[in-house]
Amino acid sequence: MKTTDMMSLLAGEVLDEDIELSLSELCRACQLPAERIFELVEEGVVDPLGRDPRQWRFQAFSIRRVRCAHRLEQDLGVNAAGAALALDLLEELERLHVRLQRLES
Amino acid sequence: MEFKDYYQLMGVKRDATQDEIKRAYRKLARKYHPDVSKEPDAEARFKEVGEAYEVLKDPEKRTAYDQLGANWKAGQDFHPPPDWDQGFEFHGGGFTGADADHFSDFFESLFGRGGFGGARAGHARREFYARGEDAHAKVLIDVEDAYRGTTRPLTLRHTELGADGRPHLKERTLNVSIPKGVRQGQHIRLAKQGGAGIGKGAAGDLYLEVEFRPHPLYSVEGKDLYLNLPVAPWEAALGATLKVPTPDGTVDLKLPPGSSGGRKLRLRGRGLPAKEPGDLYVVLQIALPKADSEAAKKAYADFEQALAFNPRAHLGI
Repeated sequence: MKTTDMMSLLAGEVLDEDIELSLSELCRACQLPAERIFELVEEGVVDPLGRDPRQWRFQAFSIRRVRCAHRLEQDLGVNAAGAALALDLLEELERLHVRLQRLES
Repeated sequence: MEFKDYYQLMGVKRDATQDEIKRAYRKLARKYHPDVSKEPDAEARFKEVGEAYEVLKDPEKRTAYDQLGANWKAGQDFHPPPDWDQGFEFHGGGFTGADADHFSDFFESLFGRGGFGGARAGHARREFYARGEDAHAKVLIDVEDAYRGTTRPLTLRHTELGADGRPHLKERTLNVSIPKGVRQGQHIRLAKQGGAGIGKGAAGDLYLEVEFRPHPLYSVEGKDLYLNLPVAPWEAALGATLKVPTPDGTVDLKLPPGSSGGRKLRLRGRGLPAKEPGDLYVVLQIALPKADSEAAKKAYADFEQALAFNPRAHLGI
């Protein structure tokens, strides 16, 4: 079954660096319980501003990191620390990949 | 439908132990995980391997699958024999980690859709008025689109619980505006475009992750763009004003005399648009004309005569 809604143009909100998410907003965006976020904060996967979890503010790119770390844990059987390490290495790899592409082009 | 050889997919023998199967799965999962792998078909391979593991890791499903016989070849036309699963009661195993929505027709014909015991139907739907689930999708755009903004028709597939109590695959197309200045990896949140709510619950949100298509000219790092610009030796040596392409149109670049290959020149504010826009870096590449005519050869010889140049001086030879 196919439904098409081409009539209206949908405009969303870009989650750029000006936008900060609260703990509950991050949980919602990642579809994860707060306990999971606590674990990932503990391992440094994401680094909120503010001391008290009730005042935590996360940068928007945290959504990407949390979701990726969670998938790595689920699919590869690594723990939160392993996922944090993999995530850091993957980002470093990505940076190097972009540089390599630039040098080779 | 085609027969799937789960042992072949996982690269294990039919008599492999459960431990061997687990090790093979871990290895393949790391190799093809879409977050990790650079292989173009990583996602499809990852799903295939996940499906194979779903069957082989569970002794009950594995025994049932083995019962089909060892004579089937991958890709062969297959219909499950009647009552093939008689005497088996599938339980346990579950769908941990694996996304049962993406299993093949072959899997579904053997083991049913969405697992056993209706685990998925009740998933996250305990309250009567539940907010719909948030959905995530990727949107591929060109670098130029990020300079000007664009619109993208986006076809999304999701499963919905039908009137018959079974999940049905539904497709819908949205026309989404991609604002100017978006960057690789950023999310765009479309309120209430995710899964439908239950009862009076509001719909979930849709999150679009922006990804840039590789560009033949520019590479992107954050807000900054890089362009390799070939220049003639005399342009680099004597200086010149050059035309340089940018996603926003051609601009003039003043090349200072005595520029060397690899030098980076910055065009301030010509990177991705933002409150503080990024920069465009032009990386000089000295291009040499071919010595394929008498005149060209003479020019090179004159060059040699006129300049006492040893490019290897710093090597001490």
